[in-house]
Amino acid sequence: MMTMQNDVAISMKAVTKIFGPAPIQALTALQGGMSKAELQSETGHVVGLDGVSLQVARGQIHVVMGLSGSGKSTLIRHVNRLIEPTTGEIIVYGESVLAMSLEQLREYRRTRVAMVFQKFGLLPHRSVTDNVAYGLEVRGVRKAEREAEARKWIEVVGLAGYENARPRQLSGGQQQRVGLARALALDTDILLMDEAFSALDPLIRSGMQDQLVSLQKTLNKTILFITHDFDEALKIGDRVTVLKDGAVQQEGAPEEIVLNPANEHIEEFVHDVNKARAIRVRTIMESGPSEPCSIAVPADARCEDVLPLFAEHQWVGVLDASGEQVGRVTARRVIGALARHGAKSVAVSSPALEVAS
Amino acid sequence: MFPELIDTRPLRRAVDGALGWVVTNWGSAFEAAAKPLLLLLNAIEALLVATPWWLIIIVLTGIAWLATRRWPLPMTVLISLLFLGVMELWRDAMSTTALMIAATLTAIVVSIPLGVWMSRSARVRQFFTPVLDLMQTLPSFVYLIPTVMIFGPGKIPALIATIVYAAPPLVRLTDLGLRSVDPAVMEASRAFGTNPTQRLLGVQIPLALPTILAGINQTTMMALAMVVIASMIGAGGLGYQVLQGIGRLEVSRGLFAGLGIVVLAIVFDRITQAFGRQLQARVGISEVRA
Repeated sequence: MMTMQNDVAISMKAVTKIFGPAPIQALTALQGGMSKAELQSETGHVVGLDGVSLQVARGQIHVVMGLSGSGKSTLIRHVNRLIEPTTGEIIVYGESVLAMSLEQLREYRRTRVAMVFQKFGLLPHRSVTDNVAYGLEVRGVRKAEREAEARKWIEVVGLAGYENARPRQLSGGQQQRVGLARALALDTDILLMDEAFSALDPLIRSGMQDQLVSLQKTLNKTILFITHDFDEALKIGDRVTVLKDGAVQQEGAPEEIVLNPANEHIEEFVHDVNKARAIRVRTIMESGPSEPCSIAVPADARCEDVLPLFAEHQWVGVLDASGEQVGRVTARRVIGALARHGAKSVAVSSPALEVAS
Repeated sequence: MFPELIDTRPLRRAVDGALGWVVTNWGSAFEAAAKPLLLLLNAIEALLVATPWWLIIIVLTGIAWLATRRWPLPMTVLISLLFLGVMELWRDAMSTTALMIAATLTAIVVSIPLGVWMSRSARVRQFFTPVLDLMQTLPSFVYLIPTVMIFGPGKIPALIATIVYAAPPLVRLTDLGLRSVDPAVMEASRAFGTNPTQRLLGVQIPLALPTILAGINQTTMMALAMVVIASMIGAGGLGYQVLQGIGRLEVSRGLFAGLGIVVLAIVFDRITQAFGRQLQARVGISEVRA
């Protein structure tokens, strides 16, 4: 997918982060060919990020997926410079984040990027309203104005009625809604979400994911979302980057990763994943002009959306944005796509058939 | 016997000489510098003595009620204060309370900024930790004598000795409280573009307040523990009664005045602790105790 240069919101170029007492020397050793394991055992330096380059397009949800220790939380903290890189470049809308002075950096955090945390990070001594208004308060917005804004976002995330509650009186899911409202209230284009839903129960998590996707339809923000859950990445991500040991393994649309995993590590993830959710009909349709079908779906519908339709119909049409039919799919085609990858063959040819032939 | 490696007499003479020099040349300057402390102590004492006893009882019992909203603590406070009155210890108790309050206030003004400073710099902490250890472990007579030499016997050295002894726990607990604020909350605050002052006043101090209050409670208790020693150099109050009881072998006088000190300690300890619990519940660190 090509993106125009001015559509790139966040761009990280060859960012390396080494934790330890003398990161610069460690970097030289790393560039000189020392392995990460050697570096850690011999000098006590840990490589958090290893030459990570990443581009996040404006208005997209970009998911960074990795297991614990892969460096994904380190990565997201570079975007608002909660962590300073050892080397590399971080550009947000054409502006170098690393070149900012301390005061410029604070201004940037107050007005351009908002963040949601895995552990919520709410202020326990303040009410829900005061928590949601916190970012605006730091920005210097007047009390009446910021409280009105806070009430609006509390309503949006579905917490109306809890305005005066304290965080500890809320459930985990409700607390994270406060965290989300606090970030949204800042009205920044960029939203950083660090494992925002990982601490929640599965059902609540699923509800929050749906809410985020539906909010995004109207808000159209640039969201960098960190997760260790591949299903979550596929469900909400427009683009997915897979991280392992601080290095990027693969970057692409969710279905590209599911259909063409770049290496064994990613194949392991893909193996357990719900492929019907990841693959869109656009990718597998029989394209070109065809006779109109009695039922049709948009091109970015997922396989799981069309599967039930095959109970009644043999063909399902695929429509482009203007409603024109651009292709069609059959049950056989969908099943073929789902079965092609990952599934180990357990089939044996039937002896009866062999005799007949 | 440990062999005599060096002659320590010149060193001792130098220390004594230096103190003598400070007393002759700087004595009056030190005294002038400590004058505000004396004024503070005298003002508090004058206020407490001028206030009618029943008003003080009403105020303290009322505060105890506000701190707990239940009857046991106000009752304890009421009985304790009545005991002081009935045993003819009221006037002395007020002097002692004034000394305790003046020492605590001064300790707060000095200790909290010092604790804040220590919490922000490992080097500052490294420097002050042994100093605080010294202040708490050095027998108080060791610094009491030079203080008396510099300021002359009276309330000032008594107050200073009390502050030296009572301030360290507040410094330590302020430092500890500020550093143990949940790092996740601090990071979130940082991510929203706060500067260090905004984080200190808006996040750290409110969340560390229960710990800081525990430090103030410790300081009041330690100040009360010093009153007998302080009375030896002219502080008056309940401590002086104890001292006289010992001197005249009047066991009853020493016993009742000593119980008076215990009673004051109970009153102030329970009230500050109750406020600490209330604050903790409000901050949300622990659950509200019904």
